[in-house]
Amino acid sequence: MKMRKIIGLILMLVIILAVAATLVKIPFGAPKTKVGSYYIENGTRQTGAANIVTSVVLNYRGFDTLGEVTVLFIAALGLGAITFTFNKRDRKGSLTPSSLVLKTGCKFLFPLILLFGTYIFIHGHLTPGGGFQGGAIIASAYVLIYLSCREKEVKRNRLITIESIGGLIFVGIGIMGLLFGGYFLFNFLPKGVLNTLFSAGIIPVLYVAIGFKVGSELAGIIVDFITS
Amino acid sequence: MGFLNSYIYYIASFGLIFIGLYILVAKSNLIKMIIGLNIADSGVNLFLISIGYIKRGTAPIFSRPNLNPKLMVDPVPQALVLTAIVIGVAVLALALSFAVRLFQHYDTLDMRKIKEQRW
Repeated sequence: MKMRKIIGLILMLVIILAVAATLVKIPFGAPKTKVGSYYIENGTRQTGAANIVTSVVLNYRGFDTLGEVTVLFIAALGLGAITFTFNKRDRKGSLTPSSLVLKTGCKFLFPLILLFGTYIFIHGHLTPGGGFQGGAIIASAYVLIYLSCREKEVKRNRLITIESIGGLIFVGIGIMGLLFGGYFLFNFLPKGVLNTLFSAGIIPVLYVAIGFKVGSELAGIIVDFITS
Repeated sequence: MGFLNSYIYYIASFGLIFIGLYILVAKSNLIKMIIGLNIADSGVNLFLISIGYIKRGTAPIFSRPNLNPKLMVDPVPQALVLTAIVIGVAVLALALSFAVRLFQHYDTLDMRKIKEQRW
């Protein structure tokens, strides 16, 4: 047992030192890569989004984001398949009902958290944030439900419906770009004025779709874990 | 001190990766191994973000009209890390569900006691 730890320690040290010795040549705080400065100089003109990270995620690299959403979807699917085989225990009987303070706090905070998550993903092209972050905030509201008002049931089927609609909107907008502009996820909507809510073409629409999809997917993961 | 100032983020990120990989190799509890995987994941994310930093840079968001584009940090690693965090969450959730299933089947999380998983 001791031997394995020592061997592991030496192995890890060698690997980390080798990688660090090559990567430390990249000076800290140096000017950025060519593609990074290209995005910064031309991003606002080409995509209309004030947040350059958003324009990279959803416009220049929109196809990668579709793949990322697919990975999340497959992970949620696999998790659902595995939790389906769990030995179910009786949840209702073992729970003590939560107190009035918790119930009231839950009722008061749940819509506020949903509102904040929605704000984060609608303003993804203007401020830090976006669909993934807003979706994570929305999923945290479901954690609150399971922690405080535990006798409430979340409808799993409704979450699956929202998730599917979000994914379909993403793919549908991509195919509409194929029809209007000649390639997948072409930005066919008007770009509008920089730094206003209705700008940047398809980016806010895509981020709303991603926000709903990620939010319902992560909430579904939480529901799967707690009800099993 | 100058060396520390310029490389503190690299040292911290490689330290996190090292801690995570060491936990993966040395520990036999499955939950601890998953935590190690997650720590290594955070180290990689921190490393990618700190590569994109430039001295006295601002976030790559044109929220005010008089921002200098030369002084904005690189947006590409940030977009990459956004992807990596989401994938990390997905991997973590899937790994935890495997752990729960293994515990229900073998009544233990110790990888040395599970015959099919021994290494």
